[in-house]
Amino acid sequence: MKGGSPRKLTSGRKWEWLLSGPSFSWLVVFFAIPTALIVLLSFKARSLEDGFAPGYDFEAWRRLWDGGILGMLGHTLWLSLATTLICVIWSLPVAWFLAKAAPRWRSVVLWLIMVPFWTNFLIRVFAWKSVAHPSGPLMAFLYWTKLMPEESLLLYNSGAVLLVLVYAHLPFAILPLFAAVDRFDFGLLDAARDLGAGPASAFFRIFLPGIRQGMLSAAALVFIPALGAYLIPDLVGGSDGQMLGNLIARRVGADRDWPQAAAMATLLVMASLLPLVAVWQWKRPRKSTAPDPALAPDHA
Amino acid sequence: MKPSRWPLIFTVLALVFLHLPIVFLVINSFNTSKYSASWEGFTWHWYERLFHRQNRDLWEALRRSLIIATLSSVASMILGTFAACALHVFRSRLQKIHFALVYLPIVVPDILMGISLALPFALVKFPSGMPAIVVAHTTFCLSFVALVVLARLQDFDRNLIDAARDLGAGWLRTVLSVVVPILAPGILAGGLLAFTLSLDDYVITFFVKGVGGDTLPLRIYSMMKHTREMPVINALSTLLLVVTLALTTFAYWLSKPTALQEDGRIKA
Repeated sequence: MKGGSPRKLTSGRKWEWLLSGPSFSWLVVFFAIPTALIVLLSFKARSLEDGFAPGYDFEAWRRLWDGGILGMLGHTLWLSLATTLICVIWSLPVAWFLAKAAPRWRSVVLWLIMVPFWTNFLIRVFAWKSVAHPSGPLMAFLYWTKLMPEESLLLYNSGAVLLVLVYAHLPFAILPLFAAVDRFDFGLLDAARDLGAGPASAFFRIFLPGIRQGMLSAAALVFIPALGAYLIPDLVGGSDGQMLGNLIARRVGADRDWPQAAAMATLLVMASLLPLVAVWQWKRPRKSTAPDPALAPDHA
Repeated sequence: MKPSRWPLIFTVLALVFLHLPIVFLVINSFNTSKYSASWEGFTWHWYERLFHRQNRDLWEALRRSLIIATLSSVASMILGTFAACALHVFRSRLQKIHFALVYLPIVVPDILMGISLALPFALVKFPSGMPAIVVAHTTFCLSFVALVVLARLQDFDRNLIDAARDLGAGWLRTVLSVVVPILAPGILAGGLLAFTLSLDDYVITFFVKGVGGDTLPLRIYSMMKHTREMPVINALSTLLLVVTLALTTFAYWLSKPTALQEDGRIKA
């Protein structure tokens, strides 16, 4: 984002407003104001006819607290964190492989990673129902290898949600990590070994800190969408695999409880923005590293 | 260091994992079994059912989805390109806010975007159905287009503008015959990304739609929940897969692979 200084011929308030105007006003009208309204709505009273009543109070937030929202929030955070951890750890060797592979293989593997992206998300999640069908080949294999106890299922529980969350977000971890590993100077590892570091020590003290930026963007790119997951728990979650997103949808749909849905949505946004702000703050002082396009940390 | 086999093993595992559902889906679209549990013989039956009169609303939904995707990707290409140019050229306080506005819709959960638009739409009696969906889709697609075009602009040589101006081209002429052609691959790649994101969206559409016909994902969803003919969805998905593959192969070669990887998250 740090190009040369703005040229004379393109500077000037008039041009800036002309160029920014369309998208700026569109986003204010259809994004900023509606989002602000949702936060406002969480301080309104419930009304079954209109969705909300006039006047402001903390009723929705109080009911949220009384209704055991912490348990649901904890469950959602736990599933998202587990997804993030699995995705990042799994992506490390994949990113390593991609960085080391011959260019031809690299583009083939990258292409194969991208392909599932472009299939309808709903359909891919749905397809897991037949993959994990109790009498299908996958489960037969898992029972046979004793990886899963007989009679246990990979559908309609939290385990199934975790599995499909990892499935849906793995590419988002692989791509930024690959970009980071690709920039990493592998000569540093050889240098560390020459200076007497063991393989583990070189890996943890040189390699991992070297790709820290990539790991952070990978984690953010998995964690944030996982937090807001709605379709995955809805389709494969059963009753104990539901997440905050499903609860919000139920408050809006079946319960017509807009203020409480708004309060939950506010919580959800805060939960997704807080780690992002933390990462930005943490990244800022290090000027030597290139800004990560995936996280776009400092636009100035 | 001696090369380890683990990276290769984990890469193969990841590829198998990512493709497993799609392989199952394609195979099951030719499977006689209704419940897709085991292989019971080859059939074209589900493809025939797909074109049966009973499933006409499915094609109607596809048509509606394609119209919505076209309109919202064109709108977001225009708005997104403007946004990217403004963000690239100017470095003011206004642009910091502008950047936050462009960036946040990508980070904010779909469900929040859905419900936050649903309520104002209902309040101001915004025309429900297609107009509401197009506006909502344009809102989140615009950010993706802007980021893709912004990535393209990094390589843009501004001397070309000066050159065109020095040679006597007016502003409009410079924009139309220098800036737009150079940015075209980026704009097009962003537009294709927007198109697929719009086709893919279920959550936001579900909340903002109000009364009116289903889009394809909504139709597929209700088939998943209610229909007895699940394999028909497999058949449709296989067909769509072939079409999207063709389309995205085109997009992939159009833009440099890095442009697609670096624009960040591609909606889940």
